[in-house]
Amino acid sequence: MTATPFTPGAAILGGLLIGLAVVVLAAGTGRVAGISGIAAGALGPKPAEGGHWRWAFLIGLVVGGLVYAAFVGPVRPPSGAADAWLPVLIGAGLVGFGTRMGSGCTSGHGICGLSRGSMRSLVATAVFMSTGIATVFVARHLL
Amino acid sequence: MRREDIVAAVAGVLFGLGLSIAQMTDPNKVLNFLDLAGQWDPSLILVMGAALLVVMPAYRLLQRQGRSLLGGPLHFPTRTDLDARLIAGAAMFGIGWGLSGYCPGPALTSLATLSLSSLAIVAAMIAGMWLHDLSLGRRAG
Repeated sequence: MTATPFTPGAAILGGLLIGLAVVVLAAGTGRVAGISGIAAGALGPKPAEGGHWRWAFLIGLVVGGLVYAAFVGPVRPPSGAADAWLPVLIGAGLVGFGTRMGSGCTSGHGICGLSRGSMRSLVATAVFMSTGIATVFVARHLL
Repeated sequence: MRREDIVAAVAGVLFGLGLSIAQMTDPNKVLNFLDLAGQWDPSLILVMGAALLVVMPAYRLLQRQGRSLLGGPLHFPTRTDLDARLIAGAAMFGIGWGLSGYCPGPALTSLATLSLSSLAIVAAMIAGMWLHDLSLGRRAG
């Protein structure tokens, strides 16, 4: 495990930009910025109707990362490279399966849903935060 | 390209930039947020809090107006029931999040590293989505 410093300034600035992105998407397209739903609607086995906006958003996400990499620094510091591949890939698979089953992820439930005052999103956010904390506790402190 | 697609692309760029600036694309930063018993890094909660501060009032205005600024309908979720799938799915997502340090947004944004590792992580995530949608999936989007 690699310690990371608390970075309140970057966190708030990034969070404000993420909020702006969610508002731009809703104001322009009437859509919530739930990234797991958008990804599944574009890349899943049953592509959603309604045009190319999902692809445009997803490509934009990567372009945002590329812009950061070009002008600021690496999107993922070298310390961020995982050293144990199997748990990471199994984890990513669970993220895909679980966000579909639970109808959302950190963006859809944690930002958009909480902003709407959705009880479903409040419960989902509390649950995935709790199981995430429990998983890290087991992986880092018990195993 | 429709106007909606251009707006969605702009929103995607802003989202990806925001995740990168907040360093949410660094899985260690996410895992350290979840590691209450370790060297806790509370940054993630400020990212969410700042985003909520912006989105809450804007959503309220949009919902009052009932339409997008381009005149289209609002496609906001309408379900209010708490069902087992919501809870079980969120629980699985949290376990995967704690194992990998990635949720969908940062995973996709990490493709900007142009690395095999990011591609593998996104492929595993998409595979999980396919597995769900082909086995249990009833609804898309």
